[in-house]
Parts: sequence; C-alpha cells; structure tokens
Amino acid sequence: MSDTLQIIDPQGRKVGRVPRIKREVLKRMYRAMVQTRAFDERCMKLQRTGSIAFSIPNKGVEATSAGAAAALDPASDWITPHYRDFAMLFYHGISIAGMFDNMYGNRDDNAVGRQMPVHFSFREPMPMLSISSPLGTQIPHAVGVAMAMKKRQEQGVVLTSFGDGSTSTGGFHAGMNFAGVYGAPVVFLCQNNQWAISCPSEKQTASASYAVKGEAYGVPGVRVDGNDVLAVYRAVSEAVKRARAGEGPTLIEALTFRMGGHSTSDDPTRYVEDSLVQEWEKRDPLTRFRAFLIEEGHLKEDEAERIEQEAAAEMNKAAKQAAAKPRPGLETIFTDVYADVPPHLATQKEACIAHHSARDEDVNEEGEFPL
Amino acid sequence: MSEITLVQAVNDGLRTIMREDDSVLVMGEDVGPKGGVFLATEGLTEEFGEERCFDTPLSEDGIVGVGVGLAMNGMKPVCEIQFQDFIYPAFDQIVSEAAKMRYRSGGQYTVPMVIRTPYGGGIRGGLYHSQSAEAYFAHTPGLKVVVPSTPHDAKGLLIASINDPDPVMFLEPKASYRAFRQEVPEGMYEVDLSTVREVTPGEDCVVFCYGAMVPVCERAAGRLKESRGAGVRVVDLRTLLPLDEDAVLAAARDCGRVVVVHEAPRFCGYGGEISALIAENAVESLEAPIKRVTGFDTPFPNTLENYYMPDTRRVLDAVEEVLDF
Repeated sequence: MSDTLQIIDPQGRKVGRVPRIKREVLKRMYRAMVQTRAFDERCMKLQRTGSIAFSIPNKGVEATSAGAAAALDPASDWITPHYRDFAMLFYHGISIAGMFDNMYGNRDDNAVGRQMPVHFSFREPMPMLSISSPLGTQIPHAVGVAMAMKKRQEQGVVLTSFGDGSTSTGGFHAGMNFAGVYGAPVVFLCQNNQWAISCPSEKQTASASYAVKGEAYGVPGVRVDGNDVLAVYRAVSEAVKRARAGEGPTLIEALTFRMGGHSTSDDPTRYVEDSLVQEWEKRDPLTRFRAFLIEEGHLKEDEAERIEQEAAAEMNKAAKQAAAKPRPGLETIFTDVYADVPPHLATQKEACIAHHSARDEDVNEEGEFPL
Repeated sequence: MSEITLVQAVNDGLRTIMREDDSVLVMGEDVGPKGGVFLATEGLTEEFGEERCFDTPLSEDGIVGVGVGLAMNGMKPVCEIQFQDFIYPAFDQIVSEAAKMRYRSGGQYTVPMVIRTPYGGGIRGGLYHSQSAEAYFAHTPGLKVVVPSTPHDAKGLLIASINDPDPVMFLEPKASYRAFRQEVPEGMYEVDLSTVREVTPGEDCVVFCYGAMVPVCERAAGRLKESRGAGVRVVDLRTLLPLDEDAVLAAARDCGRVVVVHEAPRFCGYGGEISALIAENAVESLEAPIKRVTGFDTPFPNTLENYYMPDTRRVLDAVEEVLDF
C-alpha cells in the first residue's frame, strides 16, 4: 500500500500529517461510526428475529463513509450514495427515527414502504438521493446534479459513492466520462470493500487499482486507506476543494473490507476465508480511530463508552417506535407514480380498496429475500 | 401562423420554450452546432449557447442518466436519443430511475425531463433505424408516452411535455418529419397530454392509430368514403400513457367496429392494450371482432420495409373486413 494515503495506522498511531480538524468534528465522525455499528447490530438482531426483512451490514466500511461525509457542506452539497454508506447519514444528522421508519416500511417512511429496507431517501438536512438497487445508476445522476450547480454558478459539490463492483457498470463509465468532459464538480468515491456479493476484486477487474481507472477519463485518481477516517477525510476534502474551485472531478478509491455479509441474507463464510477476516479485524476502523482519539487527548475512555451506550440506546428506541407504527394505507400504492393520479390509476385504486374492504381474510404476506 | 413541417415544429417548440424558461436544456449526440441528424435542434446552440444546447459523448445511458440528475436539481432537460433503436443502453435509467424516482422517494425527488427520439420506418433505415419501441415504455408506470402526428400537435405536445412534472417519452414519427406542412401558431401553446384527436368523423368503424400511421389511416378512410360511403372515424391517440380511456371507449361504443393500427410488432403491442380495454368494457357494443393492422412479429427489414409497414391498402382491407363481418 505504498501509494495509499494513510494518516493513522491500524494501531491508531499517527503516521501521516493530520489534517486540521476541530475536535467536535473528530468526535462527530467517531459518533457516526459508532452509530453505524450500533445500527448494524440492532438491524441484524431485528432481522434474525423476523422483525425486519433485510439489512445491509456496514461493519468495516464506516471510516470511508464518515470521513467522506465530514468533507461536505450540507448547505450546498449533495450525496448520491449507494447502499452501504450509513455513516454518511449519521454524520449529517439524518433522523434515526426516519431511518428505522424505512427499515420497517411503515406509515412515516419517506419511501412510503415502497422500497426494501436501507433504500433510504432524504432531503433534509441535506440531499441524500433515493437509493436504487440496480448498481451504478446514481453515478451519472451525480454528474447531472453537479452540472446543474455549475450552470447556475453555485458552489455545490456532489459526492457519489459506489462499491468496487459498480466500477464494472455502464453507469460508472458514463458518469466518469461525462464528468471529465464537462468538468463537473463531482467526487467519485469508490468504496473498495473487495467483494461484490461473492465476487472478489481480482475477478472484478484486471486493473492495477480502481483509482487508476480515472486516468482514461482525464479524472485524477487517488487511493486511500479506507479504514483510516482521517485519510479519507483528507482525500475527499482536497477533491471537494478542487471541485469547488472549478477544477473538475476526482476519483477516490478507499481500500477497505466488508467484515460482514453482503446483506443479512448472505453467508460470507461460504466464500471468504476466515483468515482474511481475522487479518482485517486487526485493521478495524473503529478501534483504530478510538485509539487515536484517546491517544491524542480528544476523547476519554468513559466518554467513548458513553457514546457507544447512547448509540445502542437510541437505535433500540427508534426501532421500537418504528415497529409500533402502522403500515402505509392501501391508497399509497397508487400515489407518487405521477404528480397527479391519472384516471386509470384512480380506477385501480378504488377497485383495490373496495376488494380489500370486502374480504375478511388477510393477504398472504409471506416471502423471504434470497440475496 | 406559418406552414411548417413536423420536424420544424419540434424545433419551433424547443426554441419557443427555451426563450420562456431558462431551465430548459437540450442535450444529445450532435444536437449542438450540427443541429441534430434530422435538424430538429438546428440553430439552438447559436441562439442559446452551449450551456443550454450541447453535444454529449456517444452514450445513451449517460445522456439519460445525467439528464435525470439535471432534472432532479432544478433543470428541465430535453434529451435527444438520435434514433429510438439506440435507446436500449438507457433503458435502465429510463425504466428503473426516471420512471420510479418520484415513487421510491415519496415525492422528495422528481424527474421533469423529456426524452425525444425519432421512431419508426419509412427512411430505408433497416433493423436499427426503424424500430417502434413504444410498447416497452407504455408498459412502464411513471412514464408518459407521447406520439405526435402533425406539426401543430408536435409543437403543442412537446411544450406540454417539457412543462410536465414527470418524465415524458416523446416519440417522433420520422417518416412524417418532412412529409407535409401545416399551419402552426407562433409562440407558446400546449396540447393537453392524455387527450385524443378525432381526425375524420364517422359512425361505421373507428380506427385507432398514432404517429406516422395517422395519415395512412386517414387516406384509407377517405377511400372508403368514396368507394362505399362508409363513415370511418380515425382517432389519433396522441398520448399512449396515460391514455384517454374514456374517449377510446366512447368511440368504440359509437361505432361498434374497431381497427387498431401501428407499425410496431403485433405480439404484446400497444394495439393489444386498446383491444383488451374495449373487450373488457364495451364488448356489448361490438358488432364485429376487433382487428389489428401492425408490423410483423419479426425484426424490421430493410429492402422489404414497405411490405412490413402497414399501408393504406392493408388498413383498407382490415376496415372492409370489419365492416362486412
């Protein structure tokens, strides 16, 4: 990893120039990472007990998301994320209740129960674009959002994140190419967690790295230690600065490791060597950052523990509240297809509601997600 | 008022709304200084600059994907796909992203964009410059699908589509681009999406059609009037999704005999939907089986394209068969 930017080593020791960051920002990053892991743990339990259908484990990749999020300005910037970026949401103070409303697909879910869990969609406190299951589709969106900012001469920047697998999609190619041509203010963040479900990086690409792919598009590529939140922060901050100055896009490869399955339905022990997991556990981004913060006097042990306890408690509380809320009404199947409900949908809505008001048995709701 | 062709009306529509609304952008392959391969965007870069009308890389998924992003952030992009035959790389962006964004975000993100693309045969374009792919898009909730058949409608429907808050597939019959001229009002006007147009009056049989098939059906109706005094009502559907179902059913009930005409292949084609709608709701009014006149269930041939596309004779035969049932 000689060409890979690192500021904190796996033991939490300073090995590079620490960027100037206020203590409260450092703590906020840490809290976001802790919250992400607490969310993970809560959701795993909820899924195993059948309370929710699905979740996407983020264990191991928290530093990449938190470090990148901290480099953005919520007043002007957008994020077009993929589905393993929860620390970005926590860092920017997205409503935890809102996240759990989505996990349950309840009445208050922003996505109105239409999407699977973890396909978040938030507008406040900053735009975090609705997450799609097809991969790489958010990458050209980022370029379009950024081109609109540039045309209106705004100062905004768009961060788009995606996994290593998504670099094989047409969306990655189109997005990188358009951004290069138009000099769009976009930061492309490749979360190289080394697995696309079960497909390892060496079967994903013959490139020497993912960062090097930028060269063909005229987009500078940078590789960072994705388990080092400060390295990610620095690389993304520099890319954001370039973008705001009108110097165009940057591709950042954050090398990390997915320490859990692809999803709660996946069993990674079928294809990931246990020794590899053990090796990466030694580089856990959370313990590394915690050690650094304590060593540097930014955080005390008892404060760190309190943050963990608070995170666990707030996840439990939000999950319970979300679980208690009713489902969206039947009519929501038919709204938001268009700005207005056209006549054929109004007819179908009436028929659907009449049918279910008249029958006395519930609809069979069984179904298990395989991926 | 001036007499212009359909493609000139598209150009006029774009120019008119771009003068009114700074957020309208035109983007696509060769739409800039060249003015598009059919000249639909001629002169727009000159008048509005490269910020408003610009060439893109050769990448349909990029054009639509970037267009979706522009639309979500305050712009109204009008994306040109040079031929509908080249649209399939953008299918994911159209079907999974543009069409579903409002729904999946509970209305937090919306995609007010238009995708313009020439479709259909009649230019000796063979397999890949002749397809009629409207059924794929009409099968996609969240999209609107609009097909103009006249210069007047092309301009008014295009302006309405650009002003619409949802993504619109605007399918232009390339065979009609320069086939005839019509008086078109100057300045802004809209033709409502989801209304049909009665082309010829009649009570004996109704022919539903759209795009380049409208003049074909009109000619057939004229000949039947002459040859046997039959009143054939030709109805131009104009907006395939959402369809003005009430108007279709009313015409079917009035006439009792129905023919549906399109260039696209028959199997799972749009005509099947019209037929089913009538069969489900107005079967008691029918005096003959519904008849479809369509392209064949084959890829689109080059040398024999005029045998593939429905022509006046085929429409005429079908209407006579229905009239004589």
